Amino acid sequence: MGPHAVTRRRLLLASGTLFAWAHLPKLALAEGRDPRLLVIVLRGALDGLAAVAPVGDPDWLALRGDKALTLEGKTPALALDKMFALNPAMPNLHRLYQAGAATIVHAAATAYRERSHFDGQDVLESGLARPGAVSTGWLNRALATLDPAGSANSTRASSRNAFAVGPIAPLVVRGSAPVLSWTPPRLPPASDDTLMRLLDLYRHTDPALARVLEERMGLAEIARAGGMEGGQQQRPVAAAQVRAFFAESAGTAAKFMARPDGPRIGALAFDGWDTHANEGALDGRLAALLGALDGAIAAIETNMGDAWRETAVAVITEFGRTARINGTEGTDHGTGTVAFLAGGALKGGRVLADWPGLKEANLHEKRDLKPTTDLRAVLKGLLRDHLRVDEAALASKVFPESSAVKPVAGLLA
Amino acid sequence: MALDSKAEAALALNRFGLGPRTGSIAAIASDPRGALIAELDRPGASRIANTELMSSGVAARTAFAFQQAQRELRRAAKSAPKEVSKDAAKDAAKDAAVEASPPPGTATAPAPARPNVGTAPQQIYLDEAKVRLTAALDADIGFVERLTWFWSNHFCVSADKAGVRPIAGAFEREAIRANVLGRFVDMLRAVETHPAMLLYLDNARSIGPSSQAGKNRGRGLNENLAREILELHTLGVRTVYTQDDVTSFAKIITGWSVVPPAQDPAHGGEFTFNPRMHEPGTQTVISQAYADAGFDQGRRVLADLARHPATATHVAHKLARHFIADDPALVLIERLAKRFRDTEGDLKEMAKALVAAPEAWAMPRSKLKRPSEWIVGALRATGASVTDVRPIMQAQNLLGEPLWRPPAPNGFADDDATWLDGLSQRLDVANQVALRIAPAADPNAVFEETLAPIASAETRRTIARAESRSQALALLLMAPEFQRR
Repeated sequence: MGPHAVTRRRLLLASGTLFAWAHLPKLALAEGRDPRLLVIVLRGALDGLAAVAPVGDPDWLALRGDKALTLEGKTPALALDKMFALNPAMPNLHRLYQAGAATIVHAAATAYRERSHFDGQDVLESGLARPGAVSTGWLNRALATLDPAGSANSTRASSRNAFAVGPIAPLVVRGSAPVLSWTPPRLPPASDDTLMRLLDLYRHTDPALARVLEERMGLAEIARAGGMEGGQQQRPVAAAQVRAFFAESAGTAAKFMARPDGPRIGALAFDGWDTHANEGALDGRLAALLGALDGAIAAIETNMGDAWRETAVAVITEFGRTARINGTEGTDHGTGTVAFLAGGALKGGRVLADWPGLKEANLHEKRDLKPTTDLRAVLKGLLRDHLRVDEAALASKVFPESSAVKPVAGLLA
Repeated sequence: MALDSKAEAALALNRFGLGPRTGSIAAIASDPRGALIAELDRPGASRIANTELMSSGVAARTAFAFQQAQRELRRAAKSAPKEVSKDAAKDAAKDAAVEASPPPGTATAPAPARPNVGTAPQQIYLDEAKVRLTAALDADIGFVERLTWFWSNHFCVSADKAGVRPIAGAFEREAIRANVLGRFVDMLRAVETHPAMLLYLDNARSIGPSSQAGKNRGRGLNENLAREILELHTLGVRTVYTQDDVTSFAKIITGWSVVPPAQDPAHGGEFTFNPRMHEPGTQTVISQAYADAGFDQGRRVLADLARHPATATHVAHKLARHFIADDPALVLIERLAKRFRDTEGDLKEMAKALVAAPEAWAMPRSKLKRPSEWIVGALRATGASVTDVRPIMQAQNLLGEPLWRPPAPNGFADDDATWLDGLSQRLDVANQVALRIAPAADPNAVFEETLAPIASAETRRTIARAESRSQALALLLMAPEFQRR
């Protein structure tokens, strides 16, 4: 509660300063627009092929077998176009897509080509070309270019505020531009994934602790059955808590950003996407997570109200996962994946993909979906056309060393 | 298996201290034993330098004044039953909240303004808790703090007993800390004459049947404190005393009481020897006759109990069990007991004997840290700064070790089995620490600084492969090497 209380106090104290926000971004405002941009970081690496399946690719079924999403079966995927279909856990996003308010980017990746979560997240959020010591994120630096220090009059010094949900701002929104933050009063309990990792560690190093954890979590039976492969279903209580947490976090961000005097740029992060075992794309853990994300997007749409027309939400992850299913019915760290764009400001209803194919020769290092779209190109297109961030600044300050990566045009309506 | 110097330093910090902070392992790696001894030898090592804390007398009087004022407010509210205060509270809450901000959690809701009537017992308790936590976070190693916690639990009082809450912290400072590196007999005397103990174990109202007050009021003896002194504080259960010894000793300490705050605004809440409550006459305790010498009669019994060999063995066993292993070897207990007897209960010498014991460095890390040790260890490892002590206390409540609120006079249990049960709750606390209390901590750096010298390859790998930094941190805090000492 301590740091939580401090965070709340900061917000309460700072809320008066949010009024200045209405004056930014200036160029967009000059055009009579008042754009909002909310970035959602999915930590742990989302399996893009399980979220948006290439059902029209002739090699798809062979690649994923009975784990492949298809347009038939008990829970058919939701068709997007001739090639792609959306995971059935995401009906809201599908509705938005059909209404032209969602765009899906596939076979995308940052400039990072290794497979470490921490480094991958740093590259994704810092906007740098490679990992290293970083303290600022691309979203914050973009904000700083909109209102360079010195040009703002002093009473509006805080008008560059961004908004972060969580006890600490995600790296993407950290930097010299001030950040407001809000922490949900209840954080979710430790996830099933964390629990299983811990149980695995205890089993290898401290059987007494493993026994206690198994008994306490009612997993003793699974253990006797021979490992973790038994637990297909997400525990319903945990799934409901995750769903509530996602919706509350995203919905609150939207509520603040919808205000006439509220912040215009926000960021939040959702954990839990590292699905090495029992991925459960159709009825397990990943389906539950995607459902929770879908609920979060719906909460944003609802709470934005009229401002939804001027909203863009970008959902991004550090990298993808292996194209094939591994030996524990999950997927390991990979490369190319999807990004979701949603919001009334978009010219949606499209899947943007330079599809690389799924034959072994087409896979990155013969294992991952090959990235054919630089995620930075998409983000640069959004920042340029939605917020009117200067293109030269995008290539140098916001995404350093990215002048060769041209912004994707035409994302906005 | 011989440990390398860093592993030995990590062991010293976990087994005897409150866990490593950044730099601690390197700081003591050249001589972990010497560093432990040096912490004991530092002048004023156990003292808390905070002049804002109240003495137990002041705390008791302050709490009494507060409760008195509350009673008057309630009386006034009853005689004039209006809705004024409720409306005022509503207005205050409205002022504090921003329209569009989500409703604050109940715990953070602004309290309605109270008239200025002094400090609530709960606030005094929280202030003491905060200072205690700060001392634990600031300690280089934390050996002296751990000794303080050990003796505070040996001589526990409960803040849940009427009158004890505002003085539980003062009790620890005045009776335990002041003597933790001194002599056992001095600690014993300070404890058994402290208002907190006299209230907790009912001696404040124990009256000698043949005393002036006993004859007048027809009320009598309460054996509670006398029994626990013999059973828990000194000799140990089923040793050398009988029921007759308990009764006689209870009579001897009649009159050891507390000045009622209502009667004496200057000295209310302080210890008093009340001769009118004291049972007259000679009493025999464990074959020793004690002539009636008023207050001194009981002090003499305490001195004899402190030097009884059964006490030496009892204390030695508890120290070894706490610091080294649930079932310490008899040879270790006997060695410590001999040290106790040879030094007339010099507690600093006892602490040094623990450090010198080969068993202390050879035994596997089999004991689960107590919740309080583990939470403080997590805060130290992550470098978290604590501005509000309440979430830390809530976490301790959740894990079954609420501060200064043991379930019974024998204190919190000291064995592995008791605390294993709370392991899954620890995971939720670890998750909260990672997300809320220390979200800026870098798990890789924390690992290298606090766990690497004693971590298994599996633990290293599990942390490195976590899907996010917060997950890595939670797993680190839950690793067997972080849980056990």
